[in-house]
Amino acid sequence: MKDSQIKKVLLLGSGALKIGEAGEFDYSGSQALKALREEGVKTVLINPNIATVQTSEGVADEVYFLPVQPYFVERVIEKERPDGILLAFGGQTALNCGVELYQSGVLEKYNVKVLGTPVQAIMDTEDRELFVKKLDEIGVKTIKSEACETIEQARQAAKTLGYPVILRAAYALGGLGSGFCDNEEELDKLAEKAFAFSPQVLVEKSLKGWKEIEYEVVRDRYDNCITVCNMENFDPLGIHTGESIVIAPSQTLTNSEYHKLRALAIKIIRHIGIVGECNVQYAFDPQSEDYRVIEVNARLSRSSALASKATGYPLAFVAAKLGMGYGLFELKNSVTKTTSAFFEPALDYVVCKIPRWDLSKFHGVDKELGSSMKSVGEVMAIGRNFEEAIQKGLRMIGQGMHGFVENKELKINDIDAALREPTDKRIFVISKAMHQAQYTIDRIHELTKIDKWFLEKLKHIIDIDEQLKGQNINTVDSELLRSAKVYGFTDFQIARAMGLEQEFSNMHKALIVVRNRRKQLGIVPVVKQIDTLAAEYPAQTNYLYVTYSGVANDIQYENDRKSIIVLGSGAYRIGSSVEFDWCGVQALNTIRKEGWRSVMINYNPETVSTDYDMCDRLYFDELTFERVLDIIDMEQPYGVIVSTGGQIPNNLAVYLDEAGVRILGTQAQDIDGAEDRAKFSQMLNELGVNQPEWSALTSMEDIDRFVDRVGFPVLVRPSYVLSGAAMNVCSNRDELERFLQLAANVSEDHPVVVSKFIEHAKEIEMDAVAKDGEILAYAISEHIEFAGVHSGDATIQFPPQKLYVETVRRIKRISRQIAKALHINGPFNIQYMARENDILVIECNLRASRSFPFVSKVLKMNLIELATKVMLGLPVEKPSKNLFDLDYVGIKASQFSFNRLQKADPVLGVDMASTGEVGCIGDNTNSALLKAMLSVGHRIPKKTVLLSTGDAKQKAEMLDAARMLVNNGYEIYATDGTSKYLSDNDIENTLVHWPSDNAQPQALDLLHEHKIDMVVNIPKDLTSNELTNGYTIRRAAIDLNVPLITNARLAAAFISAFCTVPVDEIGIKAWSEYK
Amino acid sequence: MRMKDVTLVLDDGTQFKGKSFGYESPVAGEVVFNTAMMGYPESLTDPSYAGQMMVLTFPLVGNYGVPRFSMEESGLATFMESDRIYATALIVSDYSEQYSHWNACESLGDWLKREKVPGVTGIDTRALTKVLREHGVMMGRLVFEGMPDNVEKQDYDTINWVERVSCKDIIRYNEGAGKKVVLVDCGVKHNIIRCLVNRGVEVIRVPWNYDYTDMAFDGLFLANGPGDPDMCVDAVNVLKKQMSESRKPICGICMGNQLLAKAGGATIYKLKYGHRSHNQPVREVGTNRCYVTSQNHGYAVDASTLGNDWRELFVNMNDGSNEGIRHMTYPWFSSQFHPEACSGPVDTEFMFDRFIETL
Repeated sequence: MKDSQIKKVLLLGSGALKIGEAGEFDYSGSQALKALREEGVKTVLINPNIATVQTSEGVADEVYFLPVQPYFVERVIEKERPDGILLAFGGQTALNCGVELYQSGVLEKYNVKVLGTPVQAIMDTEDRELFVKKLDEIGVKTIKSEACETIEQARQAAKTLGYPVILRAAYALGGLGSGFCDNEEELDKLAEKAFAFSPQVLVEKSLKGWKEIEYEVVRDRYDNCITVCNMENFDPLGIHTGESIVIAPSQTLTNSEYHKLRALAIKIIRHIGIVGECNVQYAFDPQSEDYRVIEVNARLSRSSALASKATGYPLAFVAAKLGMGYGLFELKNSVTKTTSAFFEPALDYVVCKIPRWDLSKFHGVDKELGSSMKSVGEVMAIGRNFEEAIQKGLRMIGQGMHGFVENKELKINDIDAALREPTDKRIFVISKAMHQAQYTIDRIHELTKIDKWFLEKLKHIIDIDEQLKGQNINTVDSELLRSAKVYGFTDFQIARAMGLEQEFSNMHKALIVVRNRRKQLGIVPVVKQIDTLAAEYPAQTNYLYVTYSGVANDIQYENDRKSIIVLGSGAYRIGSSVEFDWCGVQALNTIRKEGWRSVMINYNPETVSTDYDMCDRLYFDELTFERVLDIIDMEQPYGVIVSTGGQIPNNLAVYLDEAGVRILGTQAQDIDGAEDRAKFSQMLNELGVNQPEWSALTSMEDIDRFVDRVGFPVLVRPSYVLSGAAMNVCSNRDELERFLQLAANVSEDHPVVVSKFIEHAKEIEMDAVAKDGEILAYAISEHIEFAGVHSGDATIQFPPQKLYVETVRRIKRISRQIAKALHINGPFNIQYMARENDILVIECNLRASRSFPFVSKVLKMNLIELATKVMLGLPVEKPSKNLFDLDYVGIKASQFSFNRLQKADPVLGVDMASTGEVGCIGDNTNSALLKAMLSVGHRIPKKTVLLSTGDAKQKAEMLDAARMLVNNGYEIYATDGTSKYLSDNDIENTLVHWPSDNAQPQALDLLHEHKIDMVVNIPKDLTSNELTNGYTIRRAAIDLNVPLITNARLAAAFISAFCTVPVDEIGIKAWSEYK
Repeated sequence: MRMKDVTLVLDDGTQFKGKSFGYESPVAGEVVFNTAMMGYPESLTDPSYAGQMMVLTFPLVGNYGVPRFSMEESGLATFMESDRIYATALIVSDYSEQYSHWNACESLGDWLKREKVPGVTGIDTRALTKVLREHGVMMGRLVFEGMPDNVEKQDYDTINWVERVSCKDIIRYNEGAGKKVVLVDCGVKHNIIRCLVNRGVEVIRVPWNYDYTDMAFDGLFLANGPGDPDMCVDAVNVLKKQMSESRKPICGICMGNQLLAKAGGATIYKLKYGHRSHNQPVREVGTNRCYVTSQNHGYAVDASTLGNDWRELFVNMNDGSNEGIRHMTYPWFSSQFHPEACSGPVDTEFMFDRFIETL
């Protein structure tokens, strides 16, 4: 029964999206809040991530855009006095914060009850030693290492553990003296070496090549347990599960194996005392039924979000209800609505999760996959066979791949090595290897340890591909064509396999030929439901996927032209994440509210938009032209919205338009007019609007001539990109040539766009909604950093605090002109550059931009709702002017994940590098900035700051800030140029030396000795010596967890903020209190 | 090798076209669906599937091959649930010709061929399941390309399947080991015997209609089995006799639950499409204890017809159907689900402990 004492509950969110902690916690938090709301409980949410759905109006009763840190949470508790707190829905951030509050007695002091899993149980799973002890109590095996001090002890330990074993020298960094031993002879040899490094050697059982299996387990307070889903990693042990391709349910386990691990999982969570949801990870021997427990996560996790989407079982929702005191038997299965929530879903399909990496965005990053996470997002593909699911998935990750085959040839020097040492590309290396006779399945298995069942299935795809080659589309056997579709081939892959690409010299035309032919032959997909019970009970579910492996649709279409399809944003990646999920959800809400049928197509399991109760029909499927058109063929919608899902749907606009699909809002032709650089430029010229000088160039001579005219630095990039992939600023000829060699590989057919790079200019964003070319509502915001930092990485201030009135006036005027010229109907964003009052247009997107949720929430005006109404053709009122006049400030700051990306240079540039963002509101800039900076992991330095402040101009920019530091009692350490400059300006400082100078005091040593609390390191230029020194300092700061700022303007603003506003003067105000 | 076309023809005329991957011979049977995601070797050898064509809703089948068909010293099959495949045919969506498992010795297709059981792949088993769900289970037959469609028409409900699958002579397991349990074999799964033997009792397996009332034993166990319990009049009569003469503990599983209920005066009805899965939720009546159970039955006890001395022990949390009964005074109880699992979850194995405790 429900605990009636609990009337108000505090939920901790996870903050900004970062590697290892991403959108899945928006999804789980939103579900929990929904579950509590249903109970009539008042909810308070702390989460600075302003782009999330959970921080939207109507989800929680009060929202605090504050750091999820003990100090701030205590202040909120003090103010709100909640009865209960939920710690399991905001990832590790919320869990750690909750444990600290518990240990420091804050929860007890304010009489706040931890709902769900007790804190002691959380601590038992988080502390390695406690965890092993706890599982030992019930005889469950964990991964253990034995510390040995003699060779004899090591031999004994190895014998007990069983060969093969891993030997590690204790206290030796970097794996010195470590290795695998298959027998005692090898152990003797290695142990001798290891003891030379260290007096102690750790012997651990080697689980290399073991399977990795996970179970999602739920327990209520009556001790009833279920396992909602199990999952099997395609990649064997050794690769973090977040980095692995994962299949659900497991495919290579027998009944006895499956249920052995299931029973263990239940035994474990009973013993630990979980109330709610938890995840148990196993290593499983591929040659016996031996196992080890890797870890237990006593909270909702990435895997639980995946399991929810994979099965249709709303884990977070149920976990929240269990936290309120319910038993599982008191809850209903929310898909069937009639059967019990106490059951285990039966799947009649298979899902495949594939991580999305963005490693190419980082300079110098280590690409090998291992035990820590590097991926920034993931996709989930659903199919009725493995081949279909994985081919869908490989397309969904959106890195230009078309499936397992028919991709651009990968250049691999050493295939053996590339198979043995996994990188983000390994699956494609397998494809390449399978095309070569010497790489048999056995050989590939030997190198990768991937189960042969998976490899056989992949080989099946290769075999079909081989059969397709040389066939003629008009005469091909229809059974072969159908079989290709059943096993996940797109029209694109088929067209390419049959060589139609050359024949039509246009891939799009070629794939339409295939499409038409197969439709003629009656080869069309069917729609199936995800109903949790494999059709055993009738279900009214709207959770759907599309497959060729079937003869009948599960749903009957109304054919009433009342459906509106919203295209989602796909995998989270650098440049496109939760903000577009928010936009999609707002569009769906509006469509529904206005009496239309809302339909979503998306495939990202971390999102709220793929929660089946957010819309009337959810197609968890691909956003390819082919699949979207398949769905349109069946759904026969009134129209399609392409402007709320970022660049993926935006890029489909023209093709869909050609296919006769009605695009709602701004028309495809106008979208093209903004996307196509030449057309856009010409339009601006006609309007008399300035832009940085640019040219699309195809040869080096042309480029030279252009650069001679405009001068360095220049910005070099290909067209049609999001978040500046392969974009770079070059300040001299050397750099330009080096970069062009790289870029030429990426886009041989496309000209390179070179533009004049303007330094020391302000960057300004215009987010707006227009109807019939007339602007209805807008938000102008300014970057704190000067142009040159990607807008996705920049710190943004709204409303602007430091713009000339004239600048604002001009921006409004130009925006009006552009909106009119492009006949904008719906959301759009224009980026401007301003120096004095000279305004230049950088780019214009006729879709919602990354900053829409931020400005909407600060403005308290839902711009997407307004835009959706416009797109639906509904009458809208122009909001009154004084709505745009705010008495508070919003700051959006970026979250970086450099600590997860070994060796990457943590410096910002024109290419986006941040993985997430926060948005905080304050009574003034300083207070808002402080909240935002603390939210993304900065700390107010205690005593010492290390400054290296770049070139003369940047040094000057930092001068006041440096003086403020000294006046506030900080000690400044500075590298040579900076030190001299500061001394010349009478600012006290201590000179420290660069790593390349062999002199004391040494900057690097100070960092290692934890004598520096904050590093400001601003790259001066790109000379290689500077780079080496600067890089070493920056990287050391990241690796040693010392806050680092690499931009002079941001550093100055942050220093000014914490020197002006003491932390205890930061206002603890809920969103609703800013009026 | 090209696979032969096969058509599944249901009694209502619906047809599904697929490919043959097992033995090629036209057969007929009651078409039933099972939503378990693994455990095909156990299910196929479960005698309760006699006379039925098993449709698996989980599409990928055959992945881990088939383990060797070995017998242990105890006389029980190591990995299977009986001495052979009892299902009439296996119908799947995506048969995996290639298998991978350390414990496998042959492919599912080869095993089916060896045991002369047809297998069909390439069927939209979800669509087929929906037909069965809406219409109820029905008879169907397989028609093979190039082979005559001449299989004899059968009516599942009129056949005494228990008689066909029960042992003909008494078999003893764990002889001389303490307490003795008589096991009435209506089509027993080996894991039931194993669960008893592992608890240190001697198991005396007798044919379904054998009169054990004069035998020396400490407890009676009524096993699972195929078909309509109303066909098992002899078994119910023996049971009634036993219950009128003695208070010795009785426990039953599946068919055993139905026989005990009949002996206790209740009636049985046929479910529209049965429970065949690993995820059936049951609640112990009068408690907050719930269990995920493995099930395979097409008939159920009408709990409203139970005699005054009887109570429901478990109910199904999805459809409210009976999942077990108990006598108010005597140590007589049973479950409709399968506590011995194999295949399926093992959460209710405590039923055997409860039984052993009463001996």
